[in-house]
Amino acid sequence: MITAEFEYERPGSVAEAVGALAAADGDAKLLAGGHSLIPLMKLRLAAPGRLIDISRVPGLSAIERDGERWRIGALCTHTQLSRAGVGLLSEVAATIADPQVRNRGTIGGSLAHGDPASDLPAALLALEGSIVAQGPGGERTIPAADFFSDYLETALGPAEMIREVLVPAADGYGFGYQKFNRRAEDWALVAVAAAIRVQDGTCADVRIALTNMGPTPLRAGAAEAALRGAPASAEAIRAAAGQAAEGTDPPADLDADAAYKRHLAAVLCERALRAAAGIA
Amino acid sequence: MSNRVTVTLTVNGSEHEIEVEPRRLLVHALRDDLGLTGTHVGCDTSSCGACTVHLDGLAVKSCTILAAQAEGAQITTIEGLGGEHSLHPLQEAFWNEHGLQCGYCTPGMIMAAAALLEENPHPSEAEVRRALDGNLCRCTGYHNIVRAVQSAAQAQAPVAS
Ligand SMILES: Cc1cc2nc3c(=O)[nH]c(=O)nc-3n(C[C@H](O)[C@H](O)[C@H](O)COP(=O)(O)OP(=O)(O)OC[C@H]3O[C@@H](n4cnc5c(N)ncnc54)[C@H](O)[C@@H]3O)c2cc1C
Ligand code: FES
Ligand code: FES
Repeated sequence: MITAEFEYERPGSVAEAVGALAAADGDAKLLAGGHSLIPLMKLRLAAPGRLIDISRVPGLSAIERDGERWRIGALCTHTQLSRAGVGLLSEVAATIADPQVRNRGTIGGSLAHGDPASDLPAALLALEGSIVAQGPGGERTIPAADFFSDYLETALGPAEMIREVLVPAADGYGFGYQKFNRRAEDWALVAVAAAIRVQDGTCADVRIALTNMGPTPLRAGAAEAALRGAPASAEAIRAAAGQAAEGTDPPADLDADAAYKRHLAAVLCERALRAAAGIA
Repeated sequence: MSNRVTVTLTVNGSEHEIEVEPRRLLVHALRDDLGLTGTHVGCDTSSCGACTVHLDGLAVKSCTILAAQAEGAQITTIEGLGGEHSLHPLQEAFWNEHGLQCGYCTPGMIMAAAALLEENPHPSEAEVRRALDGNLCRCTGYHNIVRAVQSAAQAQAPVAS
């Protein structure tokens, strides 16, 4: 399959890329790993007139610890992230697709694409990370909770580009990510990201986020509230996980209806919470 | 603006300069511009891995990369791994262990397996299966493929048993 025609350019800096986006007036797309955009273009579901290839822009591929947080460059690939020891995010990155896709796909592209079935968004939401975007008017930091606005839509402006992703180090938290799909390399039917800080046998803090349970990644507020302050026990976890799907209205698709997805959310939530609490 | 880009690629050790449309996919550049038809197109939707090549040492799906994105890169295709008279240990092992039937998936399987063995010379069966997640085979049922990869690993870097 061949994409529609487009003009191609390869800017040398973030400023140049943002300038090129602004100049194209909505008819251009940034190209990072290309593993969401090129498949869409081959199916002609997208046909931008210009591609701005940012994959060689220097300085966007580092992963560094900066005090209480990690700074992850927009061009870090899933392979890099999966090996960097960045807690939940590394665990989640290792579950994405297959080795070849992980070698090309980037965190910036994954977040900007805004697909609720993508894995990294829920992890970032659970940890209350944020996205640093640069646009023609300068730079701003967008909390993950405000970033994902609808199916394939984000808070990024038309000429804004993700430069880096900030993730709290969450030292002292345990993590779990449980993903259910039907084929080896496939997207999640449903997945659940969990982080728990246990103090004196009690769940002092609980974070749960859901992949593919709605048009954006979602926090499972009811389940979090049920477990916060409760004992870090198998019973308390099971009771809380039963509320994982509360308030969600997942769309039915070819693989699953809404009731099945809600059931999966509860089952996967229990497993993710157990992993996070270190209960075998 | 003429809508063509000049791309310089080093493929299997030799440098090539090609002039292509920006929408030229790497797999078509390899097959149609450079005549290296060992790299196959199976699904064309980024799923099957038949088009797997190494780009700067990493296994990638060449149907989902623009030739222009590979500017300056070192690429290895199945032809660069070994030839008829100098089979690579993986090629030899796929032959010996019946790791192929129709052979359509084989170049991609071998390139994915070669990338695995570079990183992990002695993978367990589970590690082989996981590393080949992105490669589909319609014929073999995978068991002989996994066996072939493990037997190549042993041939390349024997461990005493
Ligand atoms: C077979 C297959 C299976 C997959 N399975 C999964 C899976 O299980 N889980 C999962 O999470 N993902 C999966 N993916 C998607 C993969 O992770 C993509 O690589 C990722 O979603 C997009 O990253 P990219 O760098 O390839 O982005 P691109 O495709 O280059 O870009 C995607 C979008 O983001 C925009 N963009 C890119 N970078 C930036 C930036 N820095 N700032 C602003 N906008 C930007 C682009 O303009 C485009 O609109 C799969 C992909 C394939 C092909
Ligand atoms: S042809 Fe590239 S993944 Fe199938
Ligand atoms: S041998 Fe026929 S597809 Fe694998």
